[in-house]
Amino acid sequence: MAPLDKDAESESKPIPDPLEIPRLACGAMADLTPFPAHEKHNTDLGFPGGLIDNWKEVAIAKIGELAEKNRAFQVYLDACVKCGACTDKCHYFLGTADPKNMPVARQDLLRSVYRRYYTFAGKYFPWLVGARDLTEEVLDEWYSYYHQCSQCRRCSVFCPYGIDTAEISMAAREILDTVGKGQKYCNEIIAKAQNIGNNLGLQEKALRATLEDLEEDIEDETGVAVRIPLDEKGADVLLITPSADFFAEPHIDGLLGYAKVFHEAGVSWTISSYASEAANFGLFIGSYENMRTLSLRIRKAAIDLGVKRIVFGECGHAWRVGYSFLNTLAGPFDFLDQNYPIPQHIMEFTHDMLENGKLNINKSKNDEFRVTFHDSCNVARGSRMGDKPGGQFELPRAVLRHVCNNYFDMDRDTTHESTLCCGGGGGLLTDELMDLRTKGASPRMTALQQVTEDHGVTHMAAICAICKSQFSKVMPKFGYDMDSILSVHQLVSNAIILTGQEDDRDQAEPTAVAEEASP
Amino acid sequence: MLSTLYAVLFYAATLMLIIGTGFRIRKYAKAPAPLKIPTTPAPTTRQGVFWRMVREVAVFESLFKSNKWIWVFGYAFHAGLALVLLRHFRYFTLDVWWWVEIVQPFGVYAGFAMVLGLLGLSFRRVVVERIRYISDPSDHLMLLLLIAIGASGLLMKYVAHTDIIAVKGYMLGLMRFRIGELPADPILLIHLGLVAFLMIIFPISKLLHGPGIFFSPTRYQVDNPREKRHLAAWAAELEK
Repeated sequence: MAPLDKDAESESKPIPDPLEIPRLACGAMADLTPFPAHEKHNTDLGFPGGLIDNWKEVAIAKIGELAEKNRAFQVYLDACVKCGACTDKCHYFLGTADPKNMPVARQDLLRSVYRRYYTFAGKYFPWLVGARDLTEEVLDEWYSYYHQCSQCRRCSVFCPYGIDTAEISMAAREILDTVGKGQKYCNEIIAKAQNIGNNLGLQEKALRATLEDLEEDIEDETGVAVRIPLDEKGADVLLITPSADFFAEPHIDGLLGYAKVFHEAGVSWTISSYASEAANFGLFIGSYENMRTLSLRIRKAAIDLGVKRIVFGECGHAWRVGYSFLNTLAGPFDFLDQNYPIPQHIMEFTHDMLENGKLNINKSKNDEFRVTFHDSCNVARGSRMGDKPGGQFELPRAVLRHVCNNYFDMDRDTTHESTLCCGGGGGLLTDELMDLRTKGASPRMTALQQVTEDHGVTHMAAICAICKSQFSKVMPKFGYDMDSILSVHQLVSNAIILTGQEDDRDQAEPTAVAEEASP
Repeated sequence: MLSTLYAVLFYAATLMLIIGTGFRIRKYAKAPAPLKIPTTPAPTTRQGVFWRMVREVAVFESLFKSNKWIWVFGYAFHAGLALVLLRHFRYFTLDVWWWVEIVQPFGVYAGFAMVLGLLGLSFRRVVVERIRYISDPSDHLMLLLLIAIGASGLLMKYVAHTDIIAVKGYMLGLMRFRIGELPADPILLIHLGLVAFLMIIFPISKLLHGPGIFFSPTRYQVDNPREKRHLAAWAAELEK
């Protein structure tokens, strides 16, 4: 744990700027190679098992195909003027100093090949426009550097044309998959989710046992029986949550929070063993088809269980896919109750409950924490919550302020739409990339150290399964305990006083908000 | 002879600019956006998107958020160029339009803003390590080309006047498919030659960022995926 005595600390050494731009270190990360996918992981997803003989022709043709099928890819390959606005915006560049981790340079790895085969200047004057032939070295370079992008879209906020490196990086991974050069971590997980229903490969029986254990935990803690139903037909709400919520810390404490909120709301709800995964790694490999296959499991589960609403748990990219793409991939959802957003985020649900004073909250239960909030990239820049633009920033903060007495924001240049990635998103949350993950997390960690200095912040809350896993691994490298990362609904869970639960406050006063909100 | 050569050059350049850029725009327009990918927070209505686009195009909002130096130089160049172009309308219409008259005094100074902005951008491209790293020869040359166009124009305005009445007569003639006499003034010939070259390379270079921004899904898309189902034609095929 970082020391809380801020006076003593600030005298010793000044905390550096989280966005400080490093000197270029060419080739610093050139050797990084994620594990290649096993043959079966590739073929399961409809890709060739290994590198095909005519990979070069296929890859070049795929660039052309993607340019015709995806406007963003075509426009972004053409429109960049190399102004340099994005060069200092990527957390992996800030953390590694490798110039190929500058967004424009990362795009250029592919743009240079596109220019060589698809543009006049690149065909006849390659030296003039930096065009180059597609060789095996180039392919390997793509494999390395397109797996050093977490597709967090921070660069797209700052580009004058809105060029989104995530679109290029997803396309590059799709090209790599198409020629049989898949990445183990993503492809193995997608196959598991498609065959079993979740990224962990957790079978229905094991899931049921886990949920029953959790029900007992809540009862032991509160004395109130709170259900975590599985596969219950006719429930109103289908909860789609990342499978990490079933076993990992602090994710699991978030799940307990959802359960308590649903319990107090009095709505019937259920988890589905068939669609027991919110995460959709099809996004990371840029595969519309695989993303659609996974999304259709949610549709099928909703139909089979006869639910009226779909609510998503805390997961960043899952919420991007859920909010922005689910209607496209697996809609129309005309069989659900149209009075609720489809899908809805658990934060929207809990926020409504809190604003309407329907939850009995004892904020002091969280007094041991001095909390800040990490905006997860996919939620911040690829989705929304509530009715208004920016609700994805306001709702989690409002919920946190409802349940904690000590809340502090980090540097504005590192939050909201400018938030820094945790360093583990986009299919990089795998052990062999630990060095990259640590370096990529360092700008965020510096911003956190600032609020620890200034406000004695001890904990950071997040609403993304990947962020939570990543931070619990890397925070110890920056002087924090591994449990310094919290689920937002963990704090909700701590503060809720369930109906029938004993409250240790001297006098149970209703919160001020509860009074204001009553009509 | 020279007059004919430049006439052919300008006809060819105009065709290249219009047809080449037209094809490019058609390509962008035809390619579907399979998914909703606005960079959020994004407007939730078409009207909101209209204003977002106006801010991007008129004041370079995202660039301003990103880097003040690039913004200052880039904006000076683009705004300067816009005024200079408007001022140049007077050479293509018999009677000078009233609003061109209004622009005229600003247009004169805009030429300096344009060239200073370009010099600033060039300086950064050479001096700032990160930007030097991402620059190809064409990126430096493009700036030099624009500087040469601006500088030759300023030279004619302030140092070595050309017979502007004759130039106007020549241009008005070209627009009516009559080839008149173009003054054989070297600075003028350089200026016009470079402008024609710029027009020719427009559709095959990064100058496509001009039309490109209007086709950038992260900027033009409305943030309403839950309310309105978005489906590309090729994606609809998958549902059959």
